[in-house]
Amino acid sequence: MTDSLLAISNLVKHFGGVHATDDVSLDVREGEIHALIGPNGAGKTTLIGQIIGELTPDAGSILFNTERFNDLPVPARVSRGLARTFQITQLLREETALANVALAIQVRQGHSFSFFRDARKDPSLIEPALKILGDAGLSQRAHVEVAELSHGEHKQLELALALATQPKLLLLDEPMAGLGAAESREMTEALLALKGRVTMLLVEHDMEAVFALADRISVLVYGRIIATGTSAEIQANAEVRAAYLGEGDA
Amino acid sequence: MAKPVAPRKEARDPLRMVTLVAVLVLLAALPFGAQLFELGALTSFATRIVILAIAAASLNLILGYGGLVSFGHAAFYGVGGYVVGILYAHARWNAPIWGFIPGVTDMAITLPLAIVICGLLALVLGAISLRTSGVQFIMITLAFAQMIFFLFVSLKAYGGDDGLSVRRRNDFFGFDVRDDLSFYYIALGFAVLWFWFMARLVNSRFGLVLRGIRQSERRMATIGVSTYRYKLAAYVIAGMGAGLSGALMANYAKFVSPDMLNWMQSGELMIMVILGGVGTLTGPAIGAAVLLTLESVLAAWTEHWAVILGPLLVLVVLFWRGGLNGLIALLRGGRRD
Repeated sequence: MTDSLLAISNLVKHFGGVHATDDVSLDVREGEIHALIGPNGAGKTTLIGQIIGELTPDAGSILFNTERFNDLPVPARVSRGLARTFQITQLLREETALANVALAIQVRQGHSFSFFRDARKDPSLIEPALKILGDAGLSQRAHVEVAELSHGEHKQLELALALATQPKLLLLDEPMAGLGAAESREMTEALLALKGRVTMLLVEHDMEAVFALADRISVLVYGRIIATGTSAEIQANAEVRAAYLGEGDA
Repeated sequence: MAKPVAPRKEARDPLRMVTLVAVLVLLAALPFGAQLFELGALTSFATRIVILAIAAASLNLILGYGGLVSFGHAAFYGVGGYVVGILYAHARWNAPIWGFIPGVTDMAITLPLAIVICGLLALVLGAISLRTSGVQFIMITLAFAQMIFFLFVSLKAYGGDDGLSVRRRNDFFGFDVRDDLSFYYIALGFAVLWFWFMARLVNSRFGLVLRGIRQSERRMATIGVSTYRYKLAAYVIAGMGAGLSGALMANYAKFVSPDMLNWMQSGELMIMVILGGVGTLTGPAIGAAVLLTLESVLAAWTEHWAVILGPLLVLVVLFWRGGLNGLIALLRGGRRD
């Protein structure tokens, strides 16, 4: 498909005898929010890992903007416009929220082989970082150390860090996991505000959020995609209902 | 080992500047005080501390800020020493190395050469070692250092086990610095320069990336950092610092031997860093001063000094995760830096 930003074909990944990714083909179109749902252990995070490059697929191909991504290391994929958030947050815990985002902006600006100038006072890093923190709803908490932020704020900071790399495609690994109802709604609104500007592949269990956000939904069960379609199509799909929605998760 | 403690933002509060100036003045005045109170050996003792503080600070860059637990830092310290020793030996024998590199006895050449050679050595060893991480990294750095140790043990031309003596201290840009006073100031000057460089480095773009790698290498990769290159650059800078320290020590002690390359030397540098405060700017200097003082005080008291020193170190590591630097900050009522 020509308007696919991300095109995955026949991707396979085994862990011993487990088929974590079993002949997965998936495309994410420019501008859409594509949700990936499925029961625990279906291989959603494994798929994200292969797209960003932390895991190497055994077979199949990953095309991003028609460029073959299979053998590129993670940083090279990030510089071409991929970003991910982590379900289990990966933040610089000893730094402030601001310093975390400023560092991501620093990296985007080019190499960091600069040894003398104090980077903590660089306005070309601090100003855009404050703006991104504002967009993520963390303005008030910019100068707080990450270790002292709440779980919900960690999730917001994950999003802010991913956005600071100015991605074309954002891979979101359960951004609502562990959030309260109000926080979940805030996160949904933040993602809605980004919709259209950033393409997203959204892994999420919160079906309310998924139905509110997603243009299309793919359902992953035991490493296989059993259905792809709009919200209505997925909700009507008998196989999906049996495998997932009917199991009490929704 | 305890997780390295966060280096706080080094605020430029006035108290800090006053402390810094006071410490520098004290260090500069130390030889005169030693003369006044007839503690002749003190200047010489302080020279050792100042020199080892450079090596400890360079280890702290990778260990404390980068989270790279290198157990082979003595390799660079010892090779730096041997650069001075070997160049001196060839000058004395009047026999160029391999028939065409003349011996040298001026620090203007021997010190930069030691720094460059150790940097290149760190580039090669680091390029291989940094392919691993965690315990494997500790073991491979140790293994490389021991390889170099045994290489010099087997080099009979340069004294083998017995080492090489440097009978006459190198000149300094043509000036004779054989007296301990001049040499103390030279060592102090290099230490001040090195600590200034470290202070700039850890807050530069490079330094922030290095700190980030310690906290979450995975996060750094996903914001687009090729972490390997930054770790390697830090490893090379650390190797250069240790080389400088070793070259100064060879001049101070007028002697180099494989002991400088021994794993126990690596361990001693690590203890200095941990004792003083991992990932703090002044920690390595405090650690070097305290460790050497304890060693000599306890050794004067009993030959079983290590039995006392060991438990002391264990207590520090157990109770003050920020090392002595953390303790000082605690007593001051502020946060550790």
